[in-house]
Amino acid sequence: MLLEVRDLSVNYGHIEAIRDISFDVPEGSVVTLIGANGAGKSTTLKTISGLRKVRTGSIVYDGQDLAKVSADRRVQMGISQAPEGRGIFPGMTVRENLEMGAYVRRNRSAAALAPDFERVLTLFPRLAERIKQPAGNLSGGEQQMVAIGRALMAQPRLLLLDEPSMGLAPKLIQQIFRIIEEINAQGTTVLLVEQNAAQALRRAHLAYLLETGEIVRSGTGSELAGDPAVRAAYLGGDV
Amino acid sequence: MHFQYVFDNFASLFIGGLVFGSVYALIALGYTMVYGVLQLINFAHSEVFMFGTFATVWALWLIGADATTMGVALVLSIAFAMVASMITSGGVALLLERVAYRPLLKRGAPRLIALISAIGASFVLSEAMGLRGAIASALGLSDTLGRYVARSRENLGMPTDRTTTVQFELFGYGVTNVNIIVVVSAVLMMVAADQFIRRTRTGRGIRAVAQDPETASLMGVNSTRVIQITFLIGGMLAGAAATLYMLHIGATRYNAGFLLGVKAFTAAVLGGIGNLRGALVGGLVLGVAEGLGAGLFGNEWRHVVAFVLLILILLFRPTGLLGESLGKARA
Ligand SMILES: Nc1ncnc2c1ncn2[C@@H]1O[C@H](COP(=O)(O)OP(=O)(O)O)[C@@H](O)[C@H]1O
Ligand SMILES: [Mg+2]
Repeated sequence: MLLEVRDLSVNYGHIEAIRDISFDVPEGSVVTLIGANGAGKSTTLKTISGLRKVRTGSIVYDGQDLAKVSADRRVQMGISQAPEGRGIFPGMTVRENLEMGAYVRRNRSAAALAPDFERVLTLFPRLAERIKQPAGNLSGGEQQMVAIGRALMAQPRLLLLDEPSMGLAPKLIQQIFRIIEEINAQGTTVLLVEQNAAQALRRAHLAYLLETGEIVRSGTGSELAGDPAVRAAYLGGDV
Repeated sequence: MHFQYVFDNFASLFIGGLVFGSVYALIALGYTMVYGVLQLINFAHSEVFMFGTFATVWALWLIGADATTMGVALVLSIAFAMVASMITSGGVALLLERVAYRPLLKRGAPRLIALISAIGASFVLSEAMGLRGAIASALGLSDTLGRYVARSRENLGMPTDRTTTVQFELFGYGVTNVNIIVVVSAVLMMVAADQFIRRTRTGRGIRAVAQDPETASLMGVNSTRVIQITFLIGGMLAGAAATLYMLHIGATRYNAGFLLGVKAFTAAVLGGIGNLRGALVGGLVLGVAEGLGAGLFGNEWRHVVAFVLLILILLFRPTGLLGESLGKARA
């Protein structure tokens, strides 16, 4: 198992954002956490990245307990995240944003990064045209591409994606999900957080449904997609 | 108003203003960089500067430089003093970050609390210098430390020869060697700091933390380290400014930081707080305006001119002359 989350609880002050959640992310898979706004999805990803304090429970990555591992060390260990709301550096160019993704790598020479740039720009040809522009001037979809591409520049083993489809036009959503499948096919394990349950479940090997901080359903992507309760609440009755 | 005086002495007032402005600008960089990464006014930065002025004099004492030191030996002595001053100020800045800010910010204290801590630290540092005689005697070190702690509440002068020589004439004003040294070193330091921020990996980390600390962490930036380095660089620049100030003014005292600090902070806000190039522009504009204003209205109006200028500029450009922040500054 690449990532094992056990009985994890996280608080904001006295408010419990997530309570006793447990889930697994097998190496090589696409796992999705779906749930409504405020369910605790982003909190879960931020805690895995080390941005939020664990109250109780454990996160084990590649056999190692992350309790005492700092956020920057986790990136070095291969956990990379494209945060919600794109979280790009608006004053840096697209190139500089992508280079920031490689911040933890030992060898950051142009030659060492060339294959990674090539990979990212092949996945997102649009970014090649924008490479010298400030990322803040890009459209929402392009910023999302920067965020995902930047996370890939760290050469992650585990890629955390927080609502990559948020605010995108339907055509772009299709494209982003296709690219996520491609990234996974290239060997990167993906933990995908989504409100767009239909799209996420179609791609996921494993899926968990989060409701107000607790996991209430789990199974394969198609199992959850077929679950009447999930269909009613998250899929508008049909996938 | 003395229009005729200003007219006749324009070059002298202007260049005098540039020299002061360069010192303001160097100190202003420290305010602006820390603000950029922490959104915190490091109120005690003025004391970081003040420690540098003392380190400059003490370093010269230590190597026995005095009024008879001339030529190459004098240049080397001053260079040594500047390095000592930069190390001292950098160290004080690091200490401040560790003691006065990190424990608060780690616990999520609001910026206002950190600002109060900064003001307190400023008093502590200033009074520690002013009471160094008393502190040394309480520790039984008065004799060992001798002149280093003597007359601790009085002015301390540069031990080296301060006669300046005119190098060339500019619009009828004789530009001195010290004028040139101050302006050129200040500009060189600022260019170096600017390049460091724009070109190096750590510089990228500083910009990333300034733009979005949480996303910077997701990139693997160690924000504690980035903040430390920011304080260190700001402190070292203030230390360099301290030596240049001592060359130009020639004396310091335990509370000398206050006025310089307020002016440099004004320069930072004038240029656009958080913006490196803004600190340079703000410092020079403030220095020159002050110089010309002092000529026009009389020297006692110097500070009034500086703050009226600040208020006027902020009325029309609330984010300062260059506006944008450290993070948003384009490479
Ligand atoms: N910084 C914060 N401070 C206080 N409460 C927060 C903070 N971030 C999130 N929360 C609360 O935690 C809960 C989970 O939020 P979040 O993880 O962002 O959910 P999701 O990503 O599923 O929309 C919500 O009730 C939200 O209001
Ligand atoms: Mg969220």
